[in-house]
Amino acid sequence: MNTLDRRGFFKVSTLAGGGFLLASWSRAAESDDAAFSPNAFVRIAPDGTVTIMAHKPEIGQGVKTTLPMIVAEELQVPWENVTVEQASIDPVFGGQTAGGSTSVPSSYDRLRRLGAVAKTMLVNAAAAEWQVPAEECAAVSGEVVHKASGRKVSYGKLATAAAKQAVPDEKSVKLKDPKDFKILGKRIGGVDNRGIVTGAPLFGIDQTLPGMRYACYLRCPVFGGKVAKANLDKVRAMPGVSDVFVVDGSDDLYGQMPGVAVVADSTWRAMKAQAALEVEWDHGKHGAESSARHEENAAAAMKSGGGEVLRDEGKPEFAEDALDVVYQYPHLAHNTLEPMNCTGVFRDGGFEFWAPTQNGGSAVDGISRTFKVPKEKVKIHMTRIGGGFGRRLMTDYMLECAAIAKHLDGTPVKLTWTREQDPHHDFYRPGGWHRFRGAVDENGRISAWADHFVTFGVRSDRRPGNGAGIHPREFPAEFVPNFRLEQTVLESNVPLGWWRAPGSCALAFAIQGFIDELAHKAGKDPLEFKLALLGGRDRVGDYHVSRMKGALKAAAEKSGWGEKLPEGRGRGIAFHYSHRGYAAVVAEVTVSKQGRLKVDKLTAGVDVGPVLNLSGAENQVHGSMIDGLSAAWFQEIEIVDGAVRNTNFADYPVLMIPDAPAVDVVFVDSDVPPTGLGEPALPPTAPAVCNAIFAATGKRVRKLPIRRNDLAWG
Amino acid sequence: MDGSHPVMSTYDLHVNGRRQSVDVEPDTPLLWVLRDHLGLAGTKYGCGIGQCGACTIHLDGRPVRSCTLPVSAAAGREVTTIEGLAEEGKLTPLQEAWCEHDVAQCGYCQSGQIMTAAALLRDNPKPDEKAIDQAMAGNFCRCATYTRIRQAILTAAAK
Repeated sequence: MNTLDRRGFFKVSTLAGGGFLLASWSRAAESDDAAFSPNAFVRIAPDGTVTIMAHKPEIGQGVKTTLPMIVAEELQVPWENVTVEQASIDPVFGGQTAGGSTSVPSSYDRLRRLGAVAKTMLVNAAAAEWQVPAEECAAVSGEVVHKASGRKVSYGKLATAAAKQAVPDEKSVKLKDPKDFKILGKRIGGVDNRGIVTGAPLFGIDQTLPGMRYACYLRCPVFGGKVAKANLDKVRAMPGVSDVFVVDGSDDLYGQMPGVAVVADSTWRAMKAQAALEVEWDHGKHGAESSARHEENAAAAMKSGGGEVLRDEGKPEFAEDALDVVYQYPHLAHNTLEPMNCTGVFRDGGFEFWAPTQNGGSAVDGISRTFKVPKEKVKIHMTRIGGGFGRRLMTDYMLECAAIAKHLDGTPVKLTWTREQDPHHDFYRPGGWHRFRGAVDENGRISAWADHFVTFGVRSDRRPGNGAGIHPREFPAEFVPNFRLEQTVLESNVPLGWWRAPGSCALAFAIQGFIDELAHKAGKDPLEFKLALLGGRDRVGDYHVSRMKGALKAAAEKSGWGEKLPEGRGRGIAFHYSHRGYAAVVAEVTVSKQGRLKVDKLTAGVDVGPVLNLSGAENQVHGSMIDGLSAAWFQEIEIVDGAVRNTNFADYPVLMIPDAPAVDVVFVDSDVPPTGLGEPALPPTAPAVCNAIFAATGKRVRKLPIRRNDLAWG
Repeated sequence: MDGSHPVMSTYDLHVNGRRQSVDVEPDTPLLWVLRDHLGLAGTKYGCGIGQCGACTIHLDGRPVRSCTLPVSAAAGREVTTIEGLAEEGKLTPLQEAWCEHDVAQCGYCQSGQIMTAAALLRDNPKPDEKAIDQAMAGNFCRCATYTRIRQAILTAAAK
């Protein structure tokens, strides 16, 4: 531990009632010799306190609650007795990234075993004390009991003895039968709920350190632009401003970006000083890019053809009257409500950060590489995160904080972005275009499908950027006999990133919309048509068709699919497989004759295997659907002169409560290991809504956002 | 920014029943005084232009956006923040309902949501869903927990 006054900070955060403790496992374990801590995740103190570490970052997906529940289940402790602590970044925990709905599938088996290891040692300790075979003892609700003699002893009393037991091989420990689960599958509220409703300083932006300064960091509006000239002296003279300096950065859009750092004695003064900066930027060759130009280039590519052929099967042939349409969607920002921020200090040749990051391991690597300090000298404490959605997989704001902290050498600093910087400097969900052609045969089945997909590369016209591109096996590949998929990559200087349900969040809108068009072309009910398209096979590769059909039927049944609706109302259905989860959504909408849209209800059918926390799971599905609707209905990022035009909520509208539809979800419980739920319900939402709009109005939405379409009818 | 620097002044603030004075420039938004000067970080910065509601506090009992309220306009008036809702550690029925319904996902907007909802329930102890939507229309939730926000307010109203 370096010389930073940790105690002062610790006192601040706990006095205010926060549940956020900074002690990492290793330090805490060292300080408490009598505690039983068989692995990094579990600690039982002699007073009976059970502490379970949350090793993944909490971005609102619920893992700070759900993952410790898994440990507690096998440990056989009542949930009420558990205290959850957020872990710092430490290799002892294994992977600590939150992304791709992977936290549950990658942790489930391991956390069960770690809980079972601890329980086994407690049982063995009690058996040794009583001098009875361990098989005669059982762990029940925080105690070990010996049925035959009626003796029992609490985990707390066993802690010291259990610590001396041999640690059993985690592969060999016996796990519970899921039918005996007492915690998993129940409704468990978030562990930080009390802190949240009382305003405890849980988030990155809430962190303070003794003697801390406040910083802002201005980047060039054109991505990668460098500082040519700036009025540094004038801004430095402003009250409260202690430092203004240029960071050269690099030309790497995913590395340290050039800019001007401003350091002051409060956030407001730093923001004012930043606003007073007059910077002449060197845009390089990137100042001409625009969304309008992208559109022209995409149209030209789709007209001329000649993209890279990713898949070509059978003979896709199309008659004159075959459907030939273009679907398109814009770039999106992540728009997390907590702006990018990071608190850090550089001292004794090393960094220490308190950061809202989804990707601390990557931050350690990047900071170590950029500032040439060994990885062991980069410490990262994870705070609760005010929204991730993939934005905080990127570590740009942490590199900025590191540059400022290094410059201030020894003085802690908190970097805070303004809201306006958020849409300006994101790693965007890539927009795209699909020219679809499709044919149905005399039996009303899709006989041929062609998709010319236009996507984006970052400074490349060959390699799609993060979250761009399409997999050659993307549905309905392998479900349609004559199939062609080609791809054109537009070169761009706009950084791209993983938005919620990367790839899928956009592809499902286009593909599921076009399938719906073909259903209507064939004169079939969309549900029947989609079930027929999925067909009778159980699996196609890793696509578990039966589970997809189960989710589709569940959503349809719960939503009242097929029941008649009055004029101006309609239902739409869509399905999508992503992140190991199977999800279908039925949307019910009302559209006035003047074209005013109201989304009445969204019903999901979801199969992610067994649900671990019913409360959290429902919340994720409800939120995913409304998030998907919000983006599809309202949002688009517009590029003009190489920069993003949108600045704040005023010109990047979001869905507010009056537009929030009723939501419902049915979980289909397949006998498979549980998988993640942060993403799968989002992709089918937009197409379900657009298909419902068609059912209500006869108008097909092929361009997002929906608000750009005239929906007037009749 | 015209380059002129407003002069610091001392402001007497009455926050959560405590009198405190701060030396800041008169245009400093109350939000940053609460967060940086008074150590009350529960009130959140979201947009800085009064569009998202994350910074909602009560000024003389009315919900206002502290990000656009200069400290000079708050001096001498009753300010209540999310930290001041519970009395002696006892949650209000509204806060309890928020926990009961497990409303939060990321949780960042929730203090603003709760402050707006608390003002609604004071004016209208038995709101229907329409009244709730109307009152809460200025509070953005990026995680879209709107369904549970409605439920929690209805539950609190029934307590």
